[in-house]
Amino acid sequence: MKKLLLSSIIVIIGITFIGRLSYLQLFSFSPNQLLEDPAIKEVYDYPERGYIYDRNGLLLVGNQPAYDVMVIPRETKPLDTVEFCGLLGITKKQFLKKMESAQVYSTRLPSVLVPQLSKEDYARLQEKMRKYTGFYIQKRSLRDYLTNSAANVLGYISEVNEADLRKNLYYRAGELKGRTGIEKQYEEVLRGRKGVKFIQKDRFNRDIGPYKDGALDTLPQLGSELHITIDKTLQEYGEKLMNGKRGGIVAIEPASGEILTMISGPTYDPALLVGRKRSKNYTKLHYDSIAKPTWDRSLLAQPSPGSPFKTLNALVALQEGVIDTETKIRCYNGFFVGSDKKGCHCGGGNRDLNVGIYKSCNAYFAGVFRKIYGKFETTDKGMDVWEKHMKSFGLGNYLGTDLPTGQPGRIPNREYYDKQYGDNRWAPTFIISNAIGQGEVAATPIQLANMTAAIANRGYFYTPHIVKKIAGKSNIDAKYTERRYTTIDKKHFDPVVDGMADVYKKGTARWIQVPNIEIAGKTGTVENFTKINGERVQLTDHSVFVAFAPVNNPKIAIAVYIEHGYYGNRYAGHIASLMIEKYLKGTITRKDLEERMLQKTLDHEYQKQYSTEPFKINEYVW
Amino acid sequence: MSGKSTLRRLDWLTVFLYLALVFFGWINIYSTTLVDESLSIFDLSTLYGKQLIFIGLSFLVILGVMSLESSFFERFASVFYIISILLLIGLFMFGKTIGGAKSWYDLGFFNLQPSEFGKLAAALAMATYLSDIQTDIKKGKHQLFAILIIVIPVLLVLPQPDPGSALIYFSLFFVLFREGLPLKYLGFSIILIVLFVATLMFGVVWVGIGLGILTSLFFLFKKPGLKIPRIPLIIFLVSCMAISLSVNFVFNNVFEQRHRDRFGLWLGLEKDPVKLEQIKKTIGYNTYQAEKAIESGGFWGKGFLEGTRTKGDFVPEQHTDYIFSSVGEEWGFIGTVLIIVLFSLFFLRLIHLAERQKRDFSRMFGYGIISILLIHYFVNIGMVIGLLPTIGIPLPFFSYGGSGLIFFTAMLFIFLKFDTARLKEL
Repeated sequence: MKKLLLSSIIVIIGITFIGRLSYLQLFSFSPNQLLEDPAIKEVYDYPERGYIYDRNGLLLVGNQPAYDVMVIPRETKPLDTVEFCGLLGITKKQFLKKMESAQVYSTRLPSVLVPQLSKEDYARLQEKMRKYTGFYIQKRSLRDYLTNSAANVLGYISEVNEADLRKNLYYRAGELKGRTGIEKQYEEVLRGRKGVKFIQKDRFNRDIGPYKDGALDTLPQLGSELHITIDKTLQEYGEKLMNGKRGGIVAIEPASGEILTMISGPTYDPALLVGRKRSKNYTKLHYDSIAKPTWDRSLLAQPSPGSPFKTLNALVALQEGVIDTETKIRCYNGFFVGSDKKGCHCGGGNRDLNVGIYKSCNAYFAGVFRKIYGKFETTDKGMDVWEKHMKSFGLGNYLGTDLPTGQPGRIPNREYYDKQYGDNRWAPTFIISNAIGQGEVAATPIQLANMTAAIANRGYFYTPHIVKKIAGKSNIDAKYTERRYTTIDKKHFDPVVDGMADVYKKGTARWIQVPNIEIAGKTGTVENFTKINGERVQLTDHSVFVAFAPVNNPKIAIAVYIEHGYYGNRYAGHIASLMIEKYLKGTITRKDLEERMLQKTLDHEYQKQYSTEPFKINEYVW
Repeated sequence: MSGKSTLRRLDWLTVFLYLALVFFGWINIYSTTLVDESLSIFDLSTLYGKQLIFIGLSFLVILGVMSLESSFFERFASVFYIISILLLIGLFMFGKTIGGAKSWYDLGFFNLQPSEFGKLAAALAMATYLSDIQTDIKKGKHQLFAILIIVIPVLLVLPQPDPGSALIYFSLFFVLFREGLPLKYLGFSIILIVLFVATLMFGVVWVGIGLGILTSLFFLFKKPGLKIPRIPLIIFLVSCMAISLSVNFVFNNVFEQRHRDRFGLWLGLEKDPVKLEQIKKTIGYNTYQAEKAIESGGFWGKGFLEGTRTKGDFVPEQHTDYIFSSVGEEWGFIGTVLIIVLFSLFFLRLIHLAERQKRDFSRMFGYGIISILLIHYFVNIGMVIGLLPTIGIPLPFFSYGGSGLIFFTAMLFIFLKFDTARLKEL
């Protein structure tokens, strides 16, 4: 009996021990040993972030050194907080808060205590840091901008946050990551791969050699340099022209789909989002909810396209065979929808395709629009055909650019109107505003530029993109080198292009002529409304202009959209002509015009809706 | 009896288990104390080299023990015991302090820890006394004498201070229980321990409530005919409460701070996370690091010489008392379970051997060494894996240390020698 007692005690002890060991070694065991082991320290070797060049090889973004004060909470010893905070230039409260969040993140991985010291601070601190165990200075490289433009294109990098750390195990606290623009889109290309060395440590935190003789260590992989399609000179020039104006400019090379310039106004100097002032500046920019400098209008604004859209309606009508170049439609200084008369500024009279385009006749295009629908027995069918043609120009859907943001714009379809009016309860007359690019259609500036490129190419386009070369190699993604054909036959483009050329020669844009450059373009003046105290109030029209040049063998297709710039020629047309001249000739011949565009601002227009006084719109004097 | 038949009758299973433990122990000592791989394993400047010498010495001891008559140990038991007591007393004058305890004699080439010898001597003395025809364990006077055999060395090692060894001597009580000391003593001690721990963990009020519930359950489920005398029951319950009430006083006034810390750590009395972090860095450092090292081994372990925490010396005293943590880290769950299975088989085998002894003396000595080795094993591994409070005693056959290994070996083989002689002395 007693023999059994002792034997069972031994068995019970054994089972208890194995139970406890199962808990420790099987249940509590974490497969992430390498990261959690206090005996192994990871030492990172950060490669330099890749440089960014423009299409002509001009450096846009380089790097500059910066110094972070890091802390490893586990290794800190009690210290003279007051003295240390004084040295770092932070308050004790900030210090304690930072220390607490560092503790929460990890006791053994480094966290940033004070980010991005200046060189002077670094020099001052460097010698004294040794006194404070557990703290050290980590050298990093920050972006150094060689241009004060293209902030919306380049995007910015910033320290990874807790969500990033959870989502992507590559990153460690204090590292930088692309947030917007191409810094985000090409993060992995630009970033490279940090090298890591695993060091075996003893309990006094002394290094005692490489872990596993360095078998797991990796070398850093340099970030690749990136050439983008932006033309630095044109981009900088365009941003200057946008002085005090809101809107977007996008220029595309029709033969390749390369984005030459992508401007959003107002914008900001990309250098503002670098260094210690970053967060202050960011807050200021981000919370400017009226001018919205961080909102990229070239990609995200979706106004009605206005009259440039008429060219597409003409193309659809030609393709469907409901008009030819001789078809005449009468303009009664407007046109009638039922008994309701809509206005036109073309002067009235019999209009054919060519005049219709260069005088931008609303009545003519309202008639064309009716004819398209007249071809089909039901409006639904007509709508489907019209929608298909329009979407083939890259409208009404995401373009598929290599930029991290975008908007689809809108080409309304059956479902859209069925929802609005009810099934079969709407007719072409309901939607006739679409004939002149008002009403329900909407497009982003980049979509307008791309549509123009498709006309310039007489029937196809390449998906607009910003990448030109990665690490010196120009073999970019195949989807940017494939032609995307529109549903319109090549032959129908010629009369429309002729009309657009006449816009410039003798039409609505004849005041913008540039010596020795043939331009085909189309003006647009877009009515727009806002709500003030719940009342629908009309504001000064948006000024829109799309163009490509030269007419034959086009090198540039451009869309300019200026909020509240009044008629198409006034701001958008002039700016577009300057941009084209700058790009094609490199110099500007019309110095007065240039001066006027650089000087004029539209701030008084933008303030109107916020002033409590009654205001006039579309003022003739400017 | 010829040497040949001694060898034939030697219990080879036990010998095998012993060798396996010593071998695996040395492998881990090698891993924990390895600094420079270019040194020979026999290099005496290294601890693993020294341990190899101790293993060699142990084998010599085995030969010595085997060549002696088994009656020699019985005859000289009291002499050994007296020598051991004298050696323990001598420590107060000539002892050398290592690790805060004055427990060693400096012999120049080797530090001797007399308490290791004392354990063997006490086991022999206990067996000799109890197996004496004139001893009757039911008599109070004889009980007292037997207890004195244990208590005298305990009183000598406690002030060194060496509570671990004291605990080992206490383990000889198992022999007394095996040989007829009434179990109620054991029952009382267990109740005392349970009350102590429960009061520390849950407080006096909950202990009172618990006692109440247990008493009512007992009355609910007892056999209907069973009569329980009221007065002793009430006395029992009242004394339980009195003990419980005095626990906090004892804990706060009799215990020293380091004892309180160890108990606090063991029972998880500290709940404040900030203070817990502090504890992990100070008094709880060993336990915390040992547990973490074992945990990090996972199922398969990191492999021989691949234990990062072992290499980085994260667990202090890893080659001695905390050797099991290196098994956990480098050999994983597989290794730790293997060691526990080896030890369990070893003890079960020894119990079997003890029970088959025809002579009372052999059996009692057998139980003596089983108790001693078992308490080492239980307290050591229990401490390393965080089940028991920190008490510094080595893992037999496994931990680094000459005195321990040699006397554990001597103990074991003296018993095996008795076992080979069991038939002759019928």
